[in-house]
Amino acid sequence: MTVLPDADALETALGEAERRGEVAERRRGLLLALPSFAYMVLFFAVPLVIVLVYSFATRTSSGSTALSDWNLEAYRKLGEPIVRNVVIRSVVLALITTVLCLVIAYPFAYFCATRSATVRNLLLVAVMIPFWTNFLVRNYAWRLLLSSGGPISSFTESIGLGPTEILFTKTAVVIGLVYAYLPFMILPLFASIDRLDWRLVEASRDLYASGPASFRKVVLPLTMPGVIAGSILVFVPSMGAYVTPELLGGGKETLLGSYIVTQFLTARNWPVGASLSFVLMAVMLVSTIIYFRAGGKNL
Amino acid sequence: MSLRAVSKHFDDVVAVDSVDLDIGDGEFFALLGPSGCGKTTTLRMIAGLEIPSAGSLKIFGSEVGPLPPNRRPVNTVFQNYALFPHMSVADNVGFGLRMSKTPKADVARRVSEAISLVRMGGMENRRPAQLSGGQQQRVALARALVNRPKVLLLDEPLAALDLKLRQEMQFELKQLQREVGITFVFVTHDQEEALALSDRIGVMDSGRLLQVGTPEEIYDAPVDRFVADFIGRSNFLAGTLEAHDRVCLANGDRVTVPSVADGVVSVGDAVQVSLRPERVMIDRAGAAPEGHASLEGEVATVTFLGNSIVYRVALDWMTIEVETDHRPDLDRHEVGDRVAMWWRDDAIAVVRP
Amino acid sequence: MSGRSIAPTTRWLLRSNSALVIAFLYAPIILLAVYSFSGSRIPGEWGGFTTEWYARLFDDSRIQKTIGVSVRVALVSTVIATVLGTMSALALERFKFRGRRVFDALLYLPIIIPDVTMAVMMLMFFTQAFDLVDLLFGLGLSKGFATIVVSHVAFNIAFVSVVVRARIAGMDATLEQAAADLYANRWQAFRYVTLPLIAPGVLGGALLAITLSLDDVVVTQFVAGPGSTTLPVYVFSLIRKGVTPTINAVSVIMLLASLTLVAGSVALQRAQAVRGRTNSE
Repeated sequence: MTVLPDADALETALGEAERRGEVAERRRGLLLALPSFAYMVLFFAVPLVIVLVYSFATRTSSGSTALSDWNLEAYRKLGEPIVRNVVIRSVVLALITTVLCLVIAYPFAYFCATRSATVRNLLLVAVMIPFWTNFLVRNYAWRLLLSSGGPISSFTESIGLGPTEILFTKTAVVIGLVYAYLPFMILPLFASIDRLDWRLVEASRDLYASGPASFRKVVLPLTMPGVIAGSILVFVPSMGAYVTPELLGGGKETLLGSYIVTQFLTARNWPVGASLSFVLMAVMLVSTIIYFRAGGKNL
Repeated sequence: MSLRAVSKHFDDVVAVDSVDLDIGDGEFFALLGPSGCGKTTTLRMIAGLEIPSAGSLKIFGSEVGPLPPNRRPVNTVFQNYALFPHMSVADNVGFGLRMSKTPKADVARRVSEAISLVRMGGMENRRPAQLSGGQQQRVALARALVNRPKVLLLDEPLAALDLKLRQEMQFELKQLQREVGITFVFVTHDQEEALALSDRIGVMDSGRLLQVGTPEEIYDAPVDRFVADFIGRSNFLAGTLEAHDRVCLANGDRVTVPSVADGVVSVGDAVQVSLRPERVMIDRAGAAPEGHASLEGEVATVTFLGNSIVYRVALDWMTIEVETDHRPDLDRHEVGDRVAMWWRDDAIAVVRP
Repeated sequence: MSGRSIAPTTRWLLRSNSALVIAFLYAPIILLAVYSFSGSRIPGEWGGFTTEWYARLFDDSRIQKTIGVSVRVALVSTVIATVLGTMSALALERFKFRGRRVFDALLYLPIIIPDVTMAVMMLMFFTQAFDLVDLLFGLGLSKGFATIVVSHVAFNIAFVSVVVRARIAGMDATLEQAAADLYANRWQAFRYVTLPLIAPGVLGGALLAITLSLDDVVVTQFVAGPGSTTLPVYVFSLIRKGVTPTINAVSVIMLLASLTLVAGSVALQRAQAVRGRTNSE
C-alpha cells in the first residue's frame, strides 16, 4: 500500500465534505419545511396558545375579557350542573351514535370484504361518495325529510301510523350523526376484515368451532383494531358536532359544540368557551393516541 | 480505480472500516459478503451516493471522494433497477444523456445503439411495468452504459430474478462486459454468482475487506475461516502452526500443509485447517494409502443428493463432512461403518481462526 | 374459501343490511334533489314539477355574491395549501432537519382538532392580532376574505400534506438516486422524476382541500366579516330560520359541486388503478 503524502489532509477534506453534505441536506430540508412551519406556528400554534391563555382569564361584568387575575374559575365552571349536563348529554349521544354505526357498519364491511373485487370496489365507492358530498347539504337533506308534513311524516301518516314528529329531538340528532359519520366506521372496519387471514377461520372450523363461535372467537378479536379505530373516528367528531345538532336538534338539545359557540357569539364568556374548547381537544388527543396504539394508522 | 483507507461511519456504526482496494481497467470485480457487511455502502461511495468519512477514492487517478454522483464517470445499475415508471424504455435510457446536455441527434443515436446492445430493440415505447424482470434488467444496463461510464457499478444485479433467468443473465452480463470493455464492479451475497462472473473477488465482512483474489485463489487458498466458510463449504480442523508447512491438529496428529504465506498467520499461532468436503477421500477403515495424513471415524449420516453423496463422519473430537461422487465404481458406506479419510497435502488451506 | 361460507339466513341478512345501508346513504340526497323541483311552497311536499326555485336563485344577488366568495376562497386557499402542504410533505418524507418531530406533530393537530376548537382559536387569534396591529400601526383591520382564506389554509396544509406524504412514501427513493447517478442535479431530479410521480397525490390533496374549504361552516362562521360570507355559512343561517324551496335548490347546486369533485377524485383513483394494473402485467 502506497501511503499518500497528503493522506491526512485528504482525510480532513473528506470528513469536511461529508459533514458539509449533511449540513447542506439538513438545511435543504429545513428550507423546504420553513414556509409551512412558520405558517403553522403563526396561524395554528399561536392561536392554540391564545385559547389556553384565555381559559385562565377573567370575564368582566361587561362581557369583555380581562387578561389579568389568572385563575381556574373557567375550569371550575365546568363542574357546574349546566355545563356538566351538556357534557354528559354530548357523551351519551356520541356513544349511541358510535354503537349504532358499529352495528350497522360491521355486517356491511363484512359483506364488502367477502365480495369479488368488482362488487367490493363498487360498494366502497358508493360509501365514499356521500363522504365527499357537502356536509351541510347532507344534514339539510334530513331536515327536509323529517320536517313536519315532509316525506317521512306523510308516509307514516298514509300507512296509518300518524305523523312522525322527530325533528328537533335527540332521535333526529342521532340519525343525522349516524348518517354523517357512518363511512368513518365502514372504511376502517372493511380494511381490517379484508386483511383477515381466512385460513385462521378455516382452522377454527376444523377445530370444531361452530360458525357463530368462530366469528366470536376468531373474526371479532382479529378485527378489533378496526372496531376501535372506527369507533374513535365516529365518537370524536360526534362529541364536537355543531352543525348537525343545530339543524336537526333545533338548538333545543344543547350539546358541547353549540354550547362553546354560544359562549363566544352570544354569552360572551370567552374564558369558559376557551376552557371547554381545550377540554374537548384534550379528549380528541387522548382518543387519537388510543387510535394509533390500536394500529389505526395502518387502516 | 483505487480506494485507500476508505471508511464510512453512520453515527456510531462503522459501516466500512478502512478499505484498501485497487481495481484494474476493464476488470470484472465482485464485492462479496453477507448482508450488512458494508459491500453496498462501499459501492454507494464509489457511486457518490454516500460521501466517505475518511480515505481516498480515485478513479483514473483523480480524486472523486467528495463529488456528488452526477459529477462522476461512473453509473449504477440499482438493485431493483430503479427504472422511472413514468417514462418509456427509450426515455429511461436517454435520461442521463439529456441531463448532461448531449445534443439531441446524438441522444437518439446513442439510445438506439444502447437498446440494441442489450437486445431490447422494438421495445422502445414500452413502460417499465410492461417488461419482465430480465427485460427491466437489460434496460437498466442500457440506461447506465449509454453514458459511456469508465466504471459500471451493479448492486445485486441478479437478485430479483428467478434461478433460470439468473443463470441466463450471468452469461449475458459477462458477454456484455467483454463487449464494452469497461470496468464492472458488482455487489452480491451469492458466492456462486461471484465465482461464475468475476475476474477477481473481494470478500467483505463487518465493514472490513478480508481477502482479494481470483475466484480460484479465494476458493483454494482462503486466508480466513470466514472466507472459507462463506465461499463453498468446508470442515475446520483446529490446530497449531508448528512450522511453515506443518500443523499439529487438536487430536495430536501432525499434517503437512501448503506452505503458509507471510502475514496471514505465523508459526506458533492457533490456526484452523480448512478441508473442503469434496476433496476428502473416503474408504473402508484401514484402506487409506500410505504417505497421507488420514483420520478414522464412524459414519453418522448419509445424504443422497443425486450426483453426489454426503457423509457425516463422527470422530471422537469432531464431525467431518465428506462429499463423494455418486458412481457405481465407488463403495457406498452405510451409517455405523468405520471409515478412513485422507487428502492430498495441497488440498487443504490454513486459515485464521 | 370454506372460511367464508356462510349460512343462507346469515347471507340473506348481510345482503339486506347492505342494501339498506346503501339506501340510507343515498335516499336523503336523491329525495332532496327531487323535491328541489317540487312546485309546492312547502319544501317537503310534492306540488308538481317546476324549475322556478332555480330561476329564483339566479336572481338572488345575495346568493350570487356568497357563491363568488366561496369559489374564490376555495381556489386561493387550495392553491396556497397545496403548495405549502406538498413542500412540507417532501421535507418530512425525504429530509432530516432540526425540529422535524415538532413540525410533524404540529401537522397532525389540525386533522384531529374539532371544528369548534379550530373556530374558537382563529377568532381569538384574529381579535388579538388586529388589536395588536391597531396598537402598533394604528391600522383598523377587520375580518373578511383574507381571514377566511388564512383559516382554511391553516387546516388544509395538514390534509394536503397527509395525502402527498402517503404518495411519496409509496415511491421508491432509489429512483431519485438513479436520477442523480444519471447526471441530474437536485432540481432536475425533482422536476423530471419526483414531481411526475407524486403528481396524483398532489392533485388528490388539492381536491380534498377544495372539498373541505367548500364544506366548512363552523370555522368560516367565526372568521367571516359582515361583507364576506361564504355560501355554506349563508345557507346555514337561512336553514336555521326555516326550510324553503330556494334552499332545496341551492343545496342541489352545492351537491352538484361536490359530485363534480368526487367524480374528479374517483377518476384520479381509477387512472392510478389502471396504471397499477398495467404495472402488474
